[in-house]
Amino acid sequence: MQRKSLDIWVGLFVLLGALAVMFLALKVGNMSSMSFGPSYTVIARFDNIGGLKPRAPVKSAGVVVGRVESIAFNDKTFQAQVTLRLQGEVKFPKDSSAKILTSGLLGEQYIGIEPGGDEKNFAEGDRIKSTQSAIVLENLISQFLFSKAADSSAEGKNK
Amino acid sequence: MMLDGLARIGSSVRLGLMALGISARTFFELMIATGSLWRRPRLVSDQVHFIGNYSLVIIAVSGLFVGFVLGLQGYYTLNKYGSEQALGLLVALSLIRELGPVVTALLFAGRAGTSLTAEIGLMKATEQLSAMEMMAVDPMRRVLAPRFLAGVIAMPVLAAIFSAVGVLGGYIVGVRLIGVDEGAFWSQMQAGVDVWADVANGVIKSAVFGVAVTYIALYEGYCAAPTPEGVARATTRTVVIGSLMVLWLDFLLTALMFS
Repeated sequence: MQRKSLDIWVGLFVLLGALAVMFLALKVGNMSSMSFGPSYTVIARFDNIGGLKPRAPVKSAGVVVGRVESIAFNDKTFQAQVTLRLQGEVKFPKDSSAKILTSGLLGEQYIGIEPGGDEKNFAEGDRIKSTQSAIVLENLISQFLFSKAADSSAEGKNK
Repeated sequence: MMLDGLARIGSSVRLGLMALGISARTFFELMIATGSLWRRPRLVSDQVHFIGNYSLVIIAVSGLFVGFVLGLQGYYTLNKYGSEQALGLLVALSLIRELGPVVTALLFAGRAGTSLTAEIGLMKATEQLSAMEMMAVDPMRRVLAPRFLAGVIAMPVLAAIFSAVGVLGGYIVGVRLIGVDEGAFWSQMQAGVDVWADVANGVIKSAVFGVAVTYIALYEGYCAAPTPEGVARATTRTVVIGSLMVLWLDFLLTALMFS
């Protein structure tokens, strides 16, 4: 009888540990948002991906429809080659475009897909033709400074 | 004079290598002995009860309070940057990646490690281990191996409980007492904590700590001088070496896992 109650306590202890791991995986981690359903991959090439990371969300109209699977450098075109894994039930027209966007002012970067009007949909391994790179803050500032400098020198000539 | 110094360096290196060799050999013997435990699972479950269940209260209470403190401190710091919604992420990541496994291992070394060392050291001092050998019972299989396996099982379980209770503690302080938005607390946490990169690595970490701390405790007890003083020293060394080993391994594993 004592033997049995001891076994029950040990069983409870291990069960509690399993529950804690379940809690960490489902409630704290992103296990619940992982999709195990069918999916397909498409490729997009960007001139500059900024701070995009693997596993970043792919959104359309603000809804997560997939994840960035991998990022590689294509040494033929000198572009970043990003592989996106999209959920199988979400179809996009073949002329949809991909943009790298930022959530909030300094938030994480994600890929936004804007649907096009083509009648055919993306299939496994297709490439998104029209892409828009990430906005790099340094480039933006230097553009701004250049235009300022151009303005002021133009003003100087007019005087 | 110079030769003396040289000889001293030499002897310390030689002794150090010898201790390392003995320790490694004992570890392999223990591994082999652990492999034959499946025939007597009862021995292991007894020890899981002793090591795990009795450590549960201290681990859970510590986890709760560490979570409370993380919630408070994290809030004060994040509030300065106006990003207190990230509190959940901060609490969860610091608990799952670092504090959960490390603090649990340190407490485990103090709570379970010392009692293992003292038990085995006293068994040795009172010649119980020798008596077992006389009766053709291998003390490695009968005494050390079940305790080792039980420690390795109990440690990840305790660390997971610590992290889970700590997250709840952070939730109680952050959301219930301070008033951080509940939705943001959980959604930021879920967006930032990865099941494989964070949760699974935390579990692996705690299992490695379990192996290290339990082995050190058993080895110190097994190799203790068979006197009251020897057992006392071995117990102290268990805590000191075990804790240092945990912190060093933590640095190593963090560098490997999260780089």
